[in-house]
This record gives sequence, C-alpha cells and structure tokens, in this order.
Amino acid sequence: MYIIIVGGGRLGYSLTKALLNEGHELLLIEKNADVCDKINKELGSICLRGDACETAIQAEAGTGRADLLIATTGEDEDNLVACQVAKYRFNVPRTIARVRVPRNEQIFKQLGVDVTVNSTNIILERIEHEVPSHPLTHLFCLTGDNREMEILEIRATAGSAAVNKTLNEIVLPNKVVLGLVIRNGEKPFVPRGDTVFKSGDQIIAVAPTNVEEELHTLFSGK
Amino acid sequence: MKVIIMGCGRVGAQMATMLDQEGHSVIALDTDAYSFRRLPPDFKGEALLGDGLDEDVLRRAGIEDADAFVAVTQEDNRNVMAAQIAQKIFNVKKVVCRIYDPLRRDLYSVLGLEAISPTIVLAEMLKEKLES
Repeated sequence: MYIIIVGGGRLGYSLTKALLNEGHELLLIEKNADVCDKINKELGSICLRGDACETAIQAEAGTGRADLLIATTGEDEDNLVACQVAKYRFNVPRTIARVRVPRNEQIFKQLGVDVTVNSTNIILERIEHEVPSHPLTHLFCLTGDNREMEILEIRATAGSAAVNKTLNEIVLPNKVVLGLVIRNGEKPFVPRGDTVFKSGDQIIAVAPTNVEEELHTLFSGK
Repeated sequence: MKVIIMGCGRVGAQMATMLDQEGHSVIALDTDAYSFRRLPPDFKGEALLGDGLDEDVLRRAGIEDADAFVAVTQEDNRNVMAAQIAQKIFNVKKVVCRIYDPLRRDLYSVLGLEAISPTIVLAEMLKEKLES
C-alpha cells in the first residue's frame, strides 16, 4: 500500500516508523527543512520537504497513486486542507486527519475527510477512565452511516433512578441498547427484562451521542 | 445586508468600513483585539473578538441570519475552512474568501467555493501597468 503522511512531528514520525516496519511504501511530507534532513538521515530518503496543502507538492509526491493519506500536523485547518486536496484533486480513496479541537471532528466529516482521530478526546477519555468515580466513559464512536452512535461504559451509582430497579422498570432513552453488565468480577452477562441493576455495575451500552446526559442522570444522578 | 468579515487586517478593515458606510450591518471578527484599531471611530458595526473557526463564535456573530460571509485572514487554510463552515454548515447564501495560493484557489473554485487569489489578480494588474 502507498501511504502519504503529512507532518513530521512526534506523531507523524512515530507513525512513519511503525508503518515502514509493516512493509508499506511510504512518503512523509514535512515543511521544516531541518526536521526533514534529520528524518532522512535516520530512516532513509522518505521525507519530502514542502507544504502538503499545495497541489504542486502533492503532485510531486505522487499522490495520484496513493491509497491513503494521513494528516498529522498540530494545526486542524492544515490537516483539513491536506486531506481535501488529496481527496478532491488526486482522488485518494481514504484520508485520515488528526483533529485537535474536538468540535472540528464533525465539521471535518461533513467536509469530506473519511476518518478523524481526535487526539484531545482520546487523551481526555483515557484520563477520565482512570478517575474511579467517573460514571460515563466513551469507548468507541461508530463510523459510516451510524456515526451518531457510540459505545459507552456506564457505572451505576447508589441512589440513582436505575439502581435496584429491573430493566423493565426503567425508561431508557430512545435507540439505547444495554449490551452487557459486568459485576464484581462475575462472568459478564446480557441484561434481560428482569435483571436488577446494582450499584457498581459496569454497563456497556450502544447509544446515540445526544442522550449521554439522560443516561448519566438515569444511572448516576441522585 | 448583514455581513460577517473574518479577519480585520488591512483588507478586512477596509471592506468593513466601506460596507458600513453604505449602510450595511457589519460584524468584524478577529482573534486579536488590536486589529480593531483599523476600524474608523465612526464605525457603526460590531467588532467581535473570537476565532472564526469556532461554531459558537460564529453563532454569536449571528451567522445563522447573516446574508454574507467573507474570510480574509492571513492564512489560506483558515480562510478555506471558515468559508466551508459558513457555506456548508450554516448555509450562508454568499460566501467569499481569499486564497493566496493560485493552485489551491483553483481547486476550491472547482469545489464550489468563491475564492479570490490576490496573487493572480495583482500580478495581472501589475503586468497590465507595464504593458500600458
């Protein structure tokens, strides 16, 4: 597979190294001449110096035959333009952009970027997950036609509306499915109508992103 | 006409002043309050501090009922992104932006963005002067 990576910062550099090890054909585009020299000395001549937002540079990079372009710079707008040039000028089948400002993720998808990776949210979620009292963790955002759905981990808290009630007794927001209950190191099980939720239950749910607040209130609100 | 101008540099401020004098409702947007010094003392429009790539700031600027959006910051990519947000997400009827890089301008023209490249325009004008 021919992959083009935009931006030779920490992320771009590590990604380049990892993908080279997997045996892909690879080209890194980096603006800064010093960074470019350093990478070429270390990894062999794989770094092209230039601004990947420019059509001419992408042409020089042979973007027309690339299978994938990944934009990893720290500037969201640069990543957007690099992906759009690749997609709309050179018909690259798949473009991936790093997004730093969380609200840009949706905008990028609407503007044609195939995949967005929100580095801020990933770090945020990892840290949230390590805070024991945090009642709701995003595990995964679905893509494609179902991108408004996500997979969540909910922690049931004593005193909330759902605890000590059965699944039949509580009213779930629209389009929410509780897939799995994990309790006290027992074997995880699929909740049924008569399952009684207990404080401390970890529940894996599939839900639309806009009902998070309701789920939070149901399982953790007082 | 209600116009939002993102980037209150020389061009942005000049345009804001002209439209304001013609009686239009103008909102000048910039991330640096110091830029607003370029607006004349009798400017009747609004000077709003904020990032034009932020949907919340755009809403505060009143983009939902704006008739036109102009992106003239120093950065091509910022202009391109803001203009696309205005056009594709807020459905502003008239969106214009500046893209210095001629090739990038050509690409985004094809994609339906109305963009002007001062590089091409100025080069042509200067050439014309030489030849006249």
